[in-house]
Amino acid sequence: MESSDLMAPADKPMVDREVHTPETFNHQPKIVLDGEMSLLLDSGVTLAPLTIAYQTYGELNADNSNAILVCHALTGDQYVAGIHPVTGRPGWWDNVVGPGLPLDTDRYFVLCANVLAGCMGSLGPPETNPKTGKPFALSFPLVTIEDMVRAQALLLDHLGIDQLFCVIGGSMGGMQALEWASRYPDRVFSAVPIAAAARHTAQNIAFHEVGRQAIMSDPNWCDGDYLNQSKRPQQGLAVARMTAHITYLSDAAFHRKFGRLLQDSQEKTYGFDAEFKVESYLRHQGSTFVDRFDANSYLYITRAMDYFDLAAQHDGVLSMSFRETPVRFCVIAFTSDWLFPVSESQAVVQALNANAANVSFCEIETDKGHDSFLLNEPEFFDVLNGFLRGAAKHRGLI
Amino acid sequence: MTNLDKRQIPIGSTYNDGIRIDLRLIASLIEPGARVLDVGCGDGSLLRYLVEKKDVDGRGLEISQSGVRACLRQGLSVVQGDADTDLKNYPSGAFDYVVLSETLQTTHNPLIVLRELVRIGRFAIVSFPNFGYWRCRWQLLVRGRMPVTKSLPLPWHATPNIHFSTIADFLTTCRQEGIVVARSYAVDQRGALGAFFGARVFANLFGAQGVFLLATELPIHGGESVAG
Repeated sequence: MESSDLMAPADKPMVDREVHTPETFNHQPKIVLDGEMSLLLDSGVTLAPLTIAYQTYGELNADNSNAILVCHALTGDQYVAGIHPVTGRPGWWDNVVGPGLPLDTDRYFVLCANVLAGCMGSLGPPETNPKTGKPFALSFPLVTIEDMVRAQALLLDHLGIDQLFCVIGGSMGGMQALEWASRYPDRVFSAVPIAAAARHTAQNIAFHEVGRQAIMSDPNWCDGDYLNQSKRPQQGLAVARMTAHITYLSDAAFHRKFGRLLQDSQEKTYGFDAEFKVESYLRHQGSTFVDRFDANSYLYITRAMDYFDLAAQHDGVLSMSFRETPVRFCVIAFTSDWLFPVSESQAVVQALNANAANVSFCEIETDKGHDSFLLNEPEFFDVLNGFLRGAAKHRGLI
Repeated sequence: MTNLDKRQIPIGSTYNDGIRIDLRLIASLIEPGARVLDVGCGDGSLLRYLVEKKDVDGRGLEISQSGVRACLRQGLSVVQGDADTDLKNYPSGAFDYVVLSETLQTTHNPLIVLRELVRIGRFAIVSFPNFGYWRCRWQLLVRGRMPVTKSLPLPWHATPNIHFSTIADFLTTCRQEGIVVARSYAVDQRGALGAFFGARVFANLFGAQGVFLLATELPIHGGESVAG
């Protein structure tokens, strides 16, 4: 079953650098977990059968102890490394996952699942509701970060993996890593939340609301029923992406990349076309995004992030989320990240220190903003490498 | 009054094991397998030594990103943070030993830091450059200049040290704070114990650096010398 007919190839499929050989890219589109593995959501709705699409890289060792679960961010997906089948571009962490890279597929079994409510094959709004034969659209139940993690735990049960060597992710992926460590401390040997937070702040929610309003005010959204009406709220979704993309960078990064440069002409045209380079860039970001992402999924996943507040599960005391935790943590933040600022990571570290947990924490100095975890930041790789090697030694994998 | 411990610690006079000899003195005070927090752990050389040679469960706190990276590269567990602000997050008695090596004099609130150390650890081990060292006194008295020595290598405008003290000052402060000084050592410029340190006044004059094992109450074992 194809994940969705929304997934048209991008305008310009291109590979601008060497990517990994197909052998590292085990094509296992998805599994359908049977009725016994139904998932009771926080909202009270039960999802069954549950479909989870995932990718794996590397080999699981004899005692199933070398698995690393990568949790993807809001607009990421399970295609971490290798060539993405939809965009034709390298996976979003192709510089981190692969032979000899920090998440070394010669040593570890790396897996990544499309999140619940996503649009790359896991159960979500664009998938067909077996009861009606039509896409779920807004009849899909609201999900939470906790639900996403519970779904991943079911996948691990299915794969026979009792304990992850590591759960790792940036941004929303980092939220999942924290939730994993808190909910299943015995199933996680180490956790690496990157550019993440234990809660969504009011400002985070505010930006998401702008994105959702952009989608829902697009007439082609059709109250969420666009798939049945052969329409797509491309304009709204593109604006949502453009807004969000600004929050992923920084003033310095924008300035370095674009300054006040004009796109084509030397002279001002006194019009409203994409005259500045930065406008053209944002429009491009918006237009390529709509080719690979479903608008309703965007609504659902942003909402799941808004709901996330790890401390709230423990009477507002974050340190209670990690009581006597045996998990080894490495919390990583980027100094110029204003969307998930260093202070949010520090709050997590303080909560872990309050439990005398085994935690490492590093602020990576960079001016590239929130998206630094997707970029080639040698210091970030250094820290990640060192931590994983140390943890692997303790786990007996080295 | 405090008697500075004359016991000879089996430390070499060279920089073998890739660790400064004053750090080896600190390491010699730590029981194998203990839980240790190294506050201001720098590049992690002590922590690594303790993990490798003494099998401790070691953690670090370090303010500089370069130090933290150096530690993480070696697989050590280190948090980037500030001794002045972040120690309050740790629970009481969470560690067997909290080490503060050559860092007390750089903190904004040494007294608060000191209280936190003995709260978090069953023992605290503190070392700092002794401003009462004769070379310091000499430079100030005769030359009228701020001292620059091997343990205080930077000029006044570049030094991170903002709260200087002498061994005598430190011992007085511990007494006032009700902190038990279980062991105390004065070491020379090379970081080796001097055999002549029999009395506090000599330690304060000839010790380039003081190293102290502290506790909130008298330890049941050991503790040959205590604050008077």
